[in-house]
Amino acid sequence: MVKYRTSAERPLSPHLQIYRLTMTMMMSIAHRISGAMLYFGTFLLAWWLIAAASNENYFNHVNALFSTHIGRTILLGYTWALIHHMLGGMRHLLWDTGSGFGKKSIEILAYGTFFGSIGLTILIWFVGYWVRG
Amino acid sequence: MSMQTPLGRVRGLGPARSGTSHFWWQRLTAVANIVLTLFLLFSIVFHVGDDYASVTAYLGSPFVGIGLMLFILSVVFHMYLGFKVIIEDYVQHEGWKILFLMGNTFFCIAIGFACLFAVLKLSFGS
Repeated sequence: MVKYRTSAERPLSPHLQIYRLTMTMMMSIAHRISGAMLYFGTFLLAWWLIAAASNENYFNHVNALFSTHIGRTILLGYTWALIHHMLGGMRHLLWDTGSGFGKKSIEILAYGTFFGSIGLTILIWFVGYWVRG
Repeated sequence: MSMQTPLGRVRGLGPARSGTSHFWWQRLTAVANIVLTLFLLFSIVFHVGDDYASVTAYLGSPFVGIGLMLFILSVVFHMYLGFKVIIEDYVQHEGWKILFLMGNTFFCIAIGFACLFAVLKLSFGS
């Protein structure tokens, strides 16, 4: 009978810090980080919805907190995490079909995710300020 | 020589025999999230600065309420699956891993129910 070895006698695979930083690698890491940010960000959505469902005073209070400089900075980061994770996710859905793995394609997709997420975040906030008037 | 079966050896070390289900639900909710998130983004961006009465009227209207609840269900399921993987990747200690996995489930269910309750109250309540 074959004896399987699962103990630590095998050489370990080198980890992140040994590799040269590449754009595709950083976008992979950013996808996970933005996902974790969105996870905790849902707390803000729940808070805001509960405030709207409570009463006018509390709703205005929460909106005022979100309107402070710190509040806006957090919401800006939230927007970026959302767009970045969405674009990164679309990239993964494309990969699931088996395409987009070429040496050039992965670079284009990585840079597209990065600059696309920044551009779209600015656009969304620009429209938001424009609607507010 | 071990009498343990190969299946017995891997059980509990990861998503044994449930990997495709995880993968599928992750992708399914991802696709739904794209549509529902765009809907939520447009909803928020075009109502920035609105007063309480118009915000609650908008959130409480049937189509917006349905859209919001679908958004919440899809997003909460997606983030439950995603954060489960993060915990399984980084938390090595068995006891802590189980505690964090429990915490993940509790957090997602609590957030999901809080949001759903708020939307239902906006739709039906005073």
